[in-house]
Amino acid sequence: MTEKVILEVSHLKKYFDLGHHNVLKAVDDVSFQIHEGETLGLVGESGCGKTTCGRTCLGMYKKTDGTVRYNGKDIHALKGAELFAFKKEAQMIFQDPYASLNPRMTVSDIVAEGLDVHHMVKSKAERAERIYELLVMVGLNKEHANRFIHEFSGGQRQRIGIARALAMEPKFLVLDEPISALDVSIQAQVVNMLIRLQREMNLTYLFIAHDLSMVKHISERVGVMYLGGMMEITSSEELYSHPLHPYTQALLSAIPIPDPDVEDQRNSSRIRLQGEVPSPINPPPGCKFAGRCRYATDRCRQETPALKDMGSGHFVACFAVEG
Amino acid sequence: MSEPLLQVKNLAVSYHGYAGEVQSVRGVTFDVNRGETLAVVGESGCGKSVTAKTIMRLLQIPPAEIKEGSQILFDGEDVLRFDEKRLSAYRGGEAAIIFQDALAALNPTMTVGNQICENLLHHSKMSKKEAMKKAVELLRMVGIPQPERRVKQYPHEFSGGMRQRVMIAIAFACSPKLLIADEPTTALDVTIQAQIMDLIKQWQSDQDASVILITHDLGVVANIANRIVVMYAGKIVERGDNRSIFYNPKHPYTNALLEAVPRLDLKNKQVLASIEGTPPDLLNPPKGCPFSTRCKYCMEVCCSEEPPVTSFEEGHEASCWLYYLDHPCEDAPFTREGRTND
Repeated sequence: MTEKVILEVSHLKKYFDLGHHNVLKAVDDVSFQIHEGETLGLVGESGCGKTTCGRTCLGMYKKTDGTVRYNGKDIHALKGAELFAFKKEAQMIFQDPYASLNPRMTVSDIVAEGLDVHHMVKSKAERAERIYELLVMVGLNKEHANRFIHEFSGGQRQRIGIARALAMEPKFLVLDEPISALDVSIQAQVVNMLIRLQREMNLTYLFIAHDLSMVKHISERVGVMYLGGMMEITSSEELYSHPLHPYTQALLSAIPIPDPDVEDQRNSSRIRLQGEVPSPINPPPGCKFAGRCRYATDRCRQETPALKDMGSGHFVACFAVEG
Repeated sequence: MSEPLLQVKNLAVSYHGYAGEVQSVRGVTFDVNRGETLAVVGESGCGKSVTAKTIMRLLQIPPAEIKEGSQILFDGEDVLRFDEKRLSAYRGGEAAIIFQDALAALNPTMTVGNQICENLLHHSKMSKKEAMKKAVELLRMVGIPQPERRVKQYPHEFSGGMRQRVMIAIAFACSPKLLIADEPTTALDVTIQAQIMDLIKQWQSDQDASVILITHDLGVVANIANRIVVMYAGKIVERGDNRSIFYNPKHPYTNALLEAVPRLDLKNKQVLASIEGTPPDLLNPPKGCPFSTRCKYCMEVCCSEEPPVTSFEEGHEASCWLYYLDHPCEDAPFTREGRTND
């Protein structure tokens, strides 16, 4: 990991206009940086805007406001050859390996689609060789190249999706819940592979997931989102040992740990969040979490707290946390 | 101790499809005692949901087929021999099930209140009005705010967590003695999951009912289960009480499963212990131990003969050749030639 910032997101907003004066604020003023070669985890419950955030970072959605800078350049202003080059360098891996791969294409065509578009191979033989190389890299083999997607299990499909992304020799990957559709024993295989590939190819990951245990395992830093806002962002060890934001504390406390004795202890001290995540459509002003927070005051309901640096790169957006 | 509430004996279920016979469940035997929570743990396709559905007699026959010799005793009565009348009293009345996907399990064209009443009216003599009142009470009990208003709404007007609560309310309606929860929180967020698990736990201790919890999430299991059954490829590979499974797993599969999940409370490891390969195809289940193709300690005998059941302490059993008396080997990693996974 180097100090070079590869992706800088500042005050990014993505609103969806639903008509009838309803605005869904999926991502509302989110800022973070990703350094070259690191993994930033983005966690939060469903509907917190983590996927929208990841997609907007790749330009798959047009932003509403703010900037996303990739190597210093605003990706939403890129045009022509520069945009083409960015789309090659930044790749995405999707959650659902059943929906994100075309059932009517063979594995080799899926993997090589980008190679063809970007003219990365000169001859048929080179194309085939590159496909085999990629399949081996993700733990599949030559024989799989001419098969169709329905012949594969979920874990294998996810590997094909990863091979497709790697074909572009990317530098930056957005992994949108890449393992949540997989079984426990297969999850470990895919995560180990992702870590190995990152090391070998010096990749930068934005790892989006709701499984905090896995995010902790794979990420150097973790950002916690709630209802479109970034609540806390810090190194993964720090987040789990000293969570500062009341939402992070509640979230960590709700995750069951596969150890009966630890669970018995935790049961008495567990923070129980009441109610559910409110709707992101026309949200009230103030802190997003104020409605469910134990420490909420009148100030929280009127002003939105900004991310404050608590030292050594630990940022938290909460009035109750004193710096 | 009194007789167990539910005894499943030698249950085998197959599905007949175009490709042939899929042996989903291959001889499963377990008991559920009164007032306990039994967790059935396993990966997709290991037969845990099919087992649950068979206990509720919800299998569609054909394509499914319950093999001869299978027996399910509920309070001493054979569930598989129930006639329609007995079955309708049993289902929803004495035993109830909660499914993973609440949106698919609820009827989209009926109000939530009517769906709860349906169960109440079927199993007890009460007027529609009384049933509606009880439905409101039930919704309040499962933590749905403003139940008087919500009872008149349709499932699509509820969020995922709320729908799961509605389904739980339907299951709780007739105070069943047995509740089967089939991945009740898999589709939910962790904070909602904690609320739902609390609800089930609370209800169980109030009613002194038995719960079968089917899940793949070992964290949830650690929190709630008294005893655990680990299934793999249609068979039970290990069973035991909560602590013996977590702290002293005997079967290599159980051990690998525990090591494959990262822990929130422990330091980062570089590499997760993964189980290579994929579960076997149950169209042609492997001879011998079902886990042999992925097992680190696989020996020659594992691929040809079914492993015997070895008992350890009280109620803790594993089916594995490593513990065979004539060839006991507690730690030594046995690898067969040409099949080393390291």
